[in-house]
Amino acid sequence: MSNKVVQAMYNDDDILMDAVKEVRAANYHIEEVYTPFPVHGLDKAMGLKGTRIAITAFMYGCVGLVFSVWMMNYMMIEQWPQDIGGKPSFAFIQNMPAFVPIMFEMTVFFAAHLMVITFYMRSRLWPFKEAENPDPRTTDDMFVMEVIVEGNEAELIAFLEKTGTVEIKVTEKH
Amino acid sequence: MYTFSSKLKTLSLALMIIGLLGVGYGFLSAPASVDEVKVLLQESHNSHGEVAATADHSVAEKGDAVQSEDAHAEHVYHLLKNKPWSALYVALFFFFMISLGTLAFYAIQHVSQAGWSVVLFRVMEGITAYLPVGGVLLFVFFVLSATQNHLFTWMDPEVVANDVLIQNKASYLNVPFFLGRAAIYILGWVLYRNYARKMTLAQDASTDLSNYRKLFKSSAAFLVFFLVTESMMSWDWIMSLDPHWYSTLFGWYVFASLIVSAITTIALISIYLKGKGYLEFVNNSHLHDLAKFMFGFSIFWAYLWFSQFMLIWYANIPEEVTYFVTRFNDYKVPFLGMVVLNFVFPLLILMNSDFKRVPWFIVTAGIIVLIGHYIDIFVMIMPATVGDQWFIGISEISSVLLVLGIFIYVVFNAMTKAPLLAKGSPFIKESEHFHY
Repeated sequence: MSNKVVQAMYNDDDILMDAVKEVRAANYHIEEVYTPFPVHGLDKAMGLKGTRIAITAFMYGCVGLVFSVWMMNYMMIEQWPQDIGGKPSFAFIQNMPAFVPIMFEMTVFFAAHLMVITFYMRSRLWPFKEAENPDPRTTDDMFVMEVIVEGNEAELIAFLEKTGTVEIKVTEKH
Repeated sequence: MYTFSSKLKTLSLALMIIGLLGVGYGFLSAPASVDEVKVLLQESHNSHGEVAATADHSVAEKGDAVQSEDAHAEHVYHLLKNKPWSALYVALFFFFMISLGTLAFYAIQHVSQAGWSVVLFRVMEGITAYLPVGGVLLFVFFVLSATQNHLFTWMDPEVVANDVLIQNKASYLNVPFFLGRAAIYILGWVLYRNYARKMTLAQDASTDLSNYRKLFKSSAAFLVFFLVTESMMSWDWIMSLDPHWYSTLFGWYVFASLIVSAITTIALISIYLKGKGYLEFVNNSHLHDLAKFMFGFSIFWAYLWFSQFMLIWYANIPEEVTYFVTRFNDYKVPFLGMVVLNFVFPLLILMNSDFKRVPWFIVTAGIIVLIGHYIDIFVMIMPATVGDQWFIGISEISSVLLVLGIFIYVVFNAMTKAPLLAKGSPFIKESEHFHY
C-alpha cells in the first residue's frame, strides 16, 4: 500500500474550510489536517465521527461519586468517627450533607483527570513525544491538509492547486 | 407577523374562566369561623383514630387541653383562611418571575452583545409583555394583603406588639414602605421593558445604530437596578413571610429559580411557534443553546439550594434551622421531590449534547422544570402561610390555570403586535447563520 500523501498548505482558516469541503466533495481522502489553533466546524467538514469522550467523562464522574461515597463512609463513619459541630458520625445518611461538597469535588476530579488521560492515550500523546506535524509553520500561521494519493497524482495536485493553496508538497507518510 | 390563533385564544379564555371559578370556590369554601374548623378537626380526629388525637395533644398539658384545643382551632382557622390567598400568590409570583427572568435574560443578551440570541428577541419581548399586567396584579395583591389576609404576619399590628424581633425590623418591614418599595421595583422593571421594546422596534426602521446604543446603555443600567431590586424583592415578597428567619443568599436562590423558569419558557414558546410555522429562522442550534442554559441554570439552582441548606443545617442555630425543620416535617415530599424535578431530572435528560437539539426532549424537560419550580415557589411561600394545612387542591390548581390563562393571552397577544424577527439588530445576520 502506498503511503504517498500530498500536503497542501493554506494561510487562512476560511480558505482551508472551503478547500476541505471541495476535496471531500471530489471524493479524495483527507488523511489529516494540521492547524495552529482549533478551527470551528472543521471536524464536521472533514466528516470526523463525533467524539465519545463525553460518555467516558460521565462514567468517570460516576466512578468518582461512588469512590467518594465509599471514602467518606470509611474515613468519617467507620474508621474514625468524629463529632463535628455537634453532629456525631454514627450513620452515613445523617452526615451526608457534609459530604456532598466532597462527593461533588471527587466527581469533577475523576471526570476531569481521567478524561485528560483518556484523551492523551487516544491521541497517542505522552511526554517527550516527537511532534507529528509535517511542517513547523503549522504551529504558527499555516494550515496543512494531507490528502492520500490514490490513483492519479498529477490530477490530485492540479485539483488541489485550484483550492487556494499556497504551497504543495508530495511526501511519504510513515 | 404572528396571528393569535383563535384556538389558543379560546384556550386562554377557558383557562381564565375555569381558574376564576376555582379560585372563587377556594375562597368560598375556606372556613368562615373558628367553630367550623373545630368541627373539621373533630371529624379528621375521628377518622384518623386515637393515635392522631393523642399525638396532637401530646404537647399540651392535660389541664389546659380544652384551652389549647381552642387555640389550635383558631390557629388552623387562620391557616385555612390563608390557603386560597397563598395559592393565588404562588401562581401570581410564579408567572411574574418567569416574565421578570426573561427580562433579565434579555438585558444580558443586549449587554453582552450576544449574536446568537437576536432571533429570539421578539419571543422574549412577548413574554415580558406580561410584566406590567403581572406587576399590577401583584401590587393589588399586596394592597389586599395589608387589609384582607394574614399572609405577611408582620403587617398585623397585634402580632408586632408581641414580637420584639419584628419590632426591631419595623423601620423596614412596615406596610407603606413595603408598598412603596414594591411600586419602585415594578415601575423600574416595566419602565425598562417598555423602553427596550420601543428601541428595538425603532431600530428595525432606522438606518443608523443610535437606537441600538441607547438599548445597550439602558440594558446595562437596568441590570444594575435589577441586581439590587431582585434581591430586595426576594426579601420583601418571600423572605418576610417568615419575618424571624433570614438567609443571606436568598436573593440568589430566588434568582436561580427565576432565570431557569424564564429560559425554559422562552424555549417552550419558541418550539411552539416554530411548530406552528413561524420562527423559520430559529434553527436547532438556537434551541441547543437554550437547552444548555436550562441545564446549566438547573445545576446552578441546585447548588444554591444546597448551599443554603447545608450552611443552616451545619450551624444548627435555632432561629435559622426552624425554616428547614418545618419543610422536612410538613413538606417532605414537595421539598425533596423538587430536587429530583429541578436537578436530577434535567441533569440526566439534558446532559447528552444530541438530546438538547431534539424539541420533544426540551419540551419534556421544560415542563418538568416548570412544575418543579412552581413547587419550589410553593415550598418557599406555603410553610409560612398555611403551615401543615397544605395540599394541592382546587385553589392551587385553579390559581395556576387562572394566571396561566392571563399569561398566555397577554404574551401571545403582544407577539402579534410586531414582526417576529428583530431585523434591525446589528447582529441579526450572525444570529440567522448561527450554527454549532
